[in-house]
Amino acid sequence: MQQTPAITPEASSRGFRCFHVKPSAWQWLTLGVALLVLVPLSVLFFAWTEPAWDIWQHLRETLLSRLLLNTMILVVGVSSGTLLIGISLAWLTGACDFPGRRVFSWALLLPLAMPTYVLAFVSLGIFDFTGPVQTQLREWFGRGAWFPDMRSAGGVVLVMSLALYPYVYLLARNAFRTQGKRALEAAQSLGCSPVGGFFKVVLPMARPWITGGATLVLMEALADFGAVSIFNYDTFTTAIYKAWFGFFSLSAAAQLSSLLVAMVFVLVAIEQRLRKRMRFAQSRITPQTESIKLTGGRKWLATGYCTGILSIAFLLPALQLISWSLEIFHEEFDSRYLGLLGHSLALGLMSALLIAATALLLAYAGRRHQDRLTHGFIRTATLGYALPGTVLAVGIFIPLAWLDNQLIRLAQQLFGLQISQLLQGTILIMLLAYMIRFMAAGFKSIDSAMHRVTTNIDEASRLMGLRGIKLLYKVHLPMLRGGIFTALTLAFVDVMKEMPITLMTRPFGWDTLAVKIFELTSEGEWERAALPSLTLLMSGLLPIVLLMRQTDKD
Amino acid sequence: MKKMPYFLTVLVLAVLPVGPSLAFADELVVYSARKEHLIKPLFDEYTKETGTKISFITDKAGPLLQRLEAEGKNTRADLLVTVDAGNLWHATREGVLQPVESEVLKSNIPANLRDPGNQWFGLSLRARTIVYSTERVRPEQLSTYEDLGNPKWKDRLVLRTSKKVYNQSLVAMLIAEHGEAETEKIVKSWVGNLATEPFSNDTKTMQSILAGQGDVGVVNTYYFGRLLKKDSDLKLALFWPNQETSGVHVNISGAGVTRYAKNRDAAVKFLEWLSSAKAQNMFADANMEYPVNQEVKTHPYVATWGEFKANERNLALAGQLQEAAIKLMDRAGYH
Repeated sequence: MQQTPAITPEASSRGFRCFHVKPSAWQWLTLGVALLVLVPLSVLFFAWTEPAWDIWQHLRETLLSRLLLNTMILVVGVSSGTLLIGISLAWLTGACDFPGRRVFSWALLLPLAMPTYVLAFVSLGIFDFTGPVQTQLREWFGRGAWFPDMRSAGGVVLVMSLALYPYVYLLARNAFRTQGKRALEAAQSLGCSPVGGFFKVVLPMARPWITGGATLVLMEALADFGAVSIFNYDTFTTAIYKAWFGFFSLSAAAQLSSLLVAMVFVLVAIEQRLRKRMRFAQSRITPQTESIKLTGGRKWLATGYCTGILSIAFLLPALQLISWSLEIFHEEFDSRYLGLLGHSLALGLMSALLIAATALLLAYAGRRHQDRLTHGFIRTATLGYALPGTVLAVGIFIPLAWLDNQLIRLAQQLFGLQISQLLQGTILIMLLAYMIRFMAAGFKSIDSAMHRVTTNIDEASRLMGLRGIKLLYKVHLPMLRGGIFTALTLAFVDVMKEMPITLMTRPFGWDTLAVKIFELTSEGEWERAALPSLTLLMSGLLPIVLLMRQTDKD
Repeated sequence: MKKMPYFLTVLVLAVLPVGPSLAFADELVVYSARKEHLIKPLFDEYTKETGTKISFITDKAGPLLQRLEAEGKNTRADLLVTVDAGNLWHATREGVLQPVESEVLKSNIPANLRDPGNQWFGLSLRARTIVYSTERVRPEQLSTYEDLGNPKWKDRLVLRTSKKVYNQSLVAMLIAEHGEAETEKIVKSWVGNLATEPFSNDTKTMQSILAGQGDVGVVNTYYFGRLLKKDSDLKLALFWPNQETSGVHVNISGAGVTRYAKNRDAAVKFLEWLSSAKAQNMFADANMEYPVNQEVKTHPYVATWGEFKANERNLALAGQLQEAAIKLMDRAGYH
């Protein structure tokens, strides 16, 4: 970013006038990040050069319809589930007043720190046929006691909705806090009922936030392998793993994955198209609107609802983890845990910074350039979120190993040096891989906040003599603070929870908490996995609480 | 944006200590699909005895294989350790292992538990056998894996998912015995007897028998052992099937020297040590498995579950027939 004050004729053309950079710099940047993502993606699409017809035919004859149906149920179910839970909670805590609101407003974010696979194995442990709840019911009511089957489509959808609703909640709450009552009042003054006003005015106004959150959820649900395999619920992702680990056909796995990517690309494109039709700019930023006071039975209903969600999504599983951890603490805990924790934290922190910084730049680029190409690049840059981690890990690893092999050959030929891999097993590569995977989480948070910064604000600031970096620093950054914090937190928590990329690209000895959880759960040692899971959970809580305090200040 | 330089400094500092390193002469590098807590004690013991340092990475077998392939001749790995013979068989087929001629390994490890081409060697044996409720089943009612499809087990059988490689190997070995058509009938009859949808792991399978959801199941013995350790009064018992016929289905956890190993001799020496009496006990006992070395006694705790005749077909078949087995289970509706 050039800091010279000179305004070139080009730069003063519409769109760049606030920034003293060459018009193409932003586009170059988006191109660069998109390329990073495109490399592993093209490894996947390249697999189509050798279509694995026999496996496709087998899938078509046996599993395909079941897989597609299951995946569809998952996507539709989890998006409706998270929207329902996320929006209702966000509205209650963001715009209404009821007993416990202050506590709930941050506590309801806690499930964000709970990896989906952990919630899955804990809730199955509690609520399945063999768990304490059903066992107790059978004791009371005999063998005929009915309980919904947990290991079913409904069970998976429920668990994943509970694990993922915070994405919607977090972003929607930002919207409601700043618009809440004012919008509703405006609607009511125009003759809407409170309910009508909510659906006709408040909700549509919060759309960029909500769709941002919902897109993240959708991508997570499509890419999830951990939770669905604990439920033994066959989806597109389990088929990908089957093709790879069962049939040992990485190309079939890559081909299946590429379809997943295509699916997400279409979804994201639709989202952006919808969003483009509307302009979301606010006339004024009002930090604190007055809340709607709930009265009578309603307020207790609200308290009860929030308590209920918080209990099954967080408190109960956390208690279970604690009780398991206590059982095995003395034999399991040793100084190595500090190392695991340190690695997790360091990776989370570094990649969160990298992701948030890059996401900020991308969001700026998207704002400066409305052309299709730039937006295409940005869309591409966020696709990594939708891929099953392991598949993306291979997509990253193959070109990386190739590059390393070339470097080694070069070193040998040019300097006669005998070296081992330069890139593999360095933290830098891990960070880049995390960035490819989690760019969407950072970008969606910052981009939705970016919609608040109107062109009017830019112009007003310009009139007051604020330009370039100063404008960014003095006007934009404070307005984007909430979004940036959200991005940092999401990225931090996501990276700490991440397994496959960590497994495949970590340097020797760089085991993390997630690696430990993987090792124990894959041996079926759920109770022993509770200790690293709990540690992971605890270390994710701190940034979340900080985030909540931050957004409340805004 | 002003923070960018600091940020970059942090990055560079973070990368430096673990940056490129020259290959060490006396250090072994192991890629292991056997998990850290089950294998690291052996590494430590070997380092203590010989001074050879061992670095390792754990991951699933699939990614490790892919990693070896992508790294090609520049790989740092000397040894690949996996669970399940199918994975080792595939490693040979992808050409990432090399043959090792060693009299020690040949005499320590029975022929059916190592690669006919000497590229991989079984190091511990795990039996996949029948488990039953001692409250609702008498052992006389049980006989073979095939018999679990008998109508008398209607709505009483519980199984783990067919996506687990252990079940894929079990069915692959059935195909080796009976051929595809006959095996498909057997698997279909199992599916018809299922009391509930297949479980994601063996422990859950046994817990569901305890809770009365089903009466019989198929599990690896060490999972049974873990439950038994927690509850010595467990209302479950193991049954050794197919004693009159093919024998109990066994699988291995094993290893092979990588094709481009930088320290081939050291790797072979380590493999030989792993098959020796002392290491065999450590290796098997860590997970309540059976040693492959016939001279080594099974851990007394494990031995109380009884002796059995194991299937003696070469385990390479589990790899060869894995694809056929998966397709067959998909067709049979075993998910």
